[in-house]
Amino acid sequence: MLATEEFELNMGPQHPSTHGVLRMVLKMDGERVVTCDPIVGYLHRSIEKMAENRTFTQVIPVTDRLDYCTSMTSNYVYVLAVEELADVTPPARGEYIRVIMTELNRIASHLLWYGTFCLEIGATTPFLYAFADREKVLDLFEMASGARLLYNFIRIGGVGRDIGQKFLDGMMEFLDGWEPRIPMYEALLDENPIFYNRTKGVGYLSPEKAKFYGVSGPNIRASGIPMDIRKDKPFAVYEDLKFEIPVFEEGDVFARYRARMEELRQSALILRQCFEKIPGGPATIPLNYRIKVPEGETYQHIESPRGDIGCYLVSRGGDMPWRCKFRTPSFVHIQIFRDLLPGVLIPDIMAICASFDIVLPETDR
Amino acid sequence: MALKFPEIRDRIRQVFPSQIVVEDLENSDCLVVPEGLYRRVAEFLKSDEELCFDYLEFQTCTDHPPELLDFVAYFRSIEKGHRIGLKVKLNRQHPALPSLSDLWANADWNEREVFDLFGVVFHDHPDLRRLMMPEDWSGHPLRKDYLHPNVVKRPD
Repeated sequence: MLATEEFELNMGPQHPSTHGVLRMVLKMDGERVVTCDPIVGYLHRSIEKMAENRTFTQVIPVTDRLDYCTSMTSNYVYVLAVEELADVTPPARGEYIRVIMTELNRIASHLLWYGTFCLEIGATTPFLYAFADREKVLDLFEMASGARLLYNFIRIGGVGRDIGQKFLDGMMEFLDGWEPRIPMYEALLDENPIFYNRTKGVGYLSPEKAKFYGVSGPNIRASGIPMDIRKDKPFAVYEDLKFEIPVFEEGDVFARYRARMEELRQSALILRQCFEKIPGGPATIPLNYRIKVPEGETYQHIESPRGDIGCYLVSRGGDMPWRCKFRTPSFVHIQIFRDLLPGVLIPDIMAICASFDIVLPETDR
Repeated sequence: MALKFPEIRDRIRQVFPSQIVVEDLENSDCLVVPEGLYRRVAEFLKSDEELCFDYLEFQTCTDHPPELLDFVAYFRSIEKGHRIGLKVKLNRQHPALPSLSDLWANADWNEREVFDLFGVVFHDHPDLRRLMMPEDWSGHPLRKDYLHPNVVKRPD
């Protein structure tokens, strides 16, 4: 038999399928991975250090930069932590607007994931459909906040500015036009034998391993664990809204794809209920921009499109946070590649990495 | 069947003495444990059937110069639905703790990050390298007394 020699392959940091700058040092035996060592830190901007040198309100635009696909949830989790410490409760309309924005952002993020995931495994057409629809969500965000990507919209005590009936009507128009297109998205992939073969049974993640590694979001729900902060520890008005948590048992790339597609439907369901239920009145409590937060510590977490995002905030009185730590889902998900990648072929690396929906700015902070 | 914070505290105090495991005055979800007991309490949190903390949320530090470095770890039980934080008050000069990376796999990178940014050494860690900063970096950036030309204090 021919003797083979293991060699090292450097994937990244500039690699089109790593969604940012992730470097993976792979030890290969021919086309099979033997070990994988993910290396992060190329996008480290010391957001946590910057937060210690800004007033509580000034930190919000910094949190936008945590995750460029879901700025609303990063804003939200930070604001939630400040509000917990400062004992501020936003008005009911503000809570509804926050839920609307979070769910719209979930749709936009999942569409972006759907498009790029398909690109990774070699399908170009779905990308174009997904981005055309994501554009409509960004237009809605632009109408509400004036920005298309980094919104700085959710503020301490409410939201940046109230949304009008025009926004709500626009949202319903978008949902009516877009929701019937979800089956089309699925038909593009589900019935495709190439896609099926590339994803079914690839990158299996057992529920035990998912817990051991601290996986969250759609990824853990695709491994059969019904974990969702929106149900486990409802924040804002999620208690009053009816929706389901899609759970899949298979734990492979295909199940993670299915979990996200079902979540799109649930988000649409939530948005329709919000449209019916949103009350009138003020959206924001007027607060001092240089708000002083009493001494204390808190940890708040919410469900972002990628999983469980949390903010651990320490205040020692005064107008700047003493310590502001973000627990981000992608940071946890990248670690699992060490475990999942050994044994797979090079093309499957892309499929597995993409299926976890990792975002590097969030990992490196 | 999620347990409330006092129930979790009392369950831990059945095994560990109550004068050692004290409530944290600043943080209502946290218990303060001494350095030497940290690993044993964490093992108990995971193995006890009633508590069943099978999920590590995160570990981090807060710098309180001139003496203290607060280390915090948050745990959650997916099965039961409750959560708790453990806090360890470390000596700022030579902070060191045992590693938890064999109990919860994501402790690995969390501890590497804390080592990188705060300088806490974790014993028995399989691979204690810097995570965010380059390998040849000196200093621990998230410490309050860290000096660097790019770090400018905001004027009062």
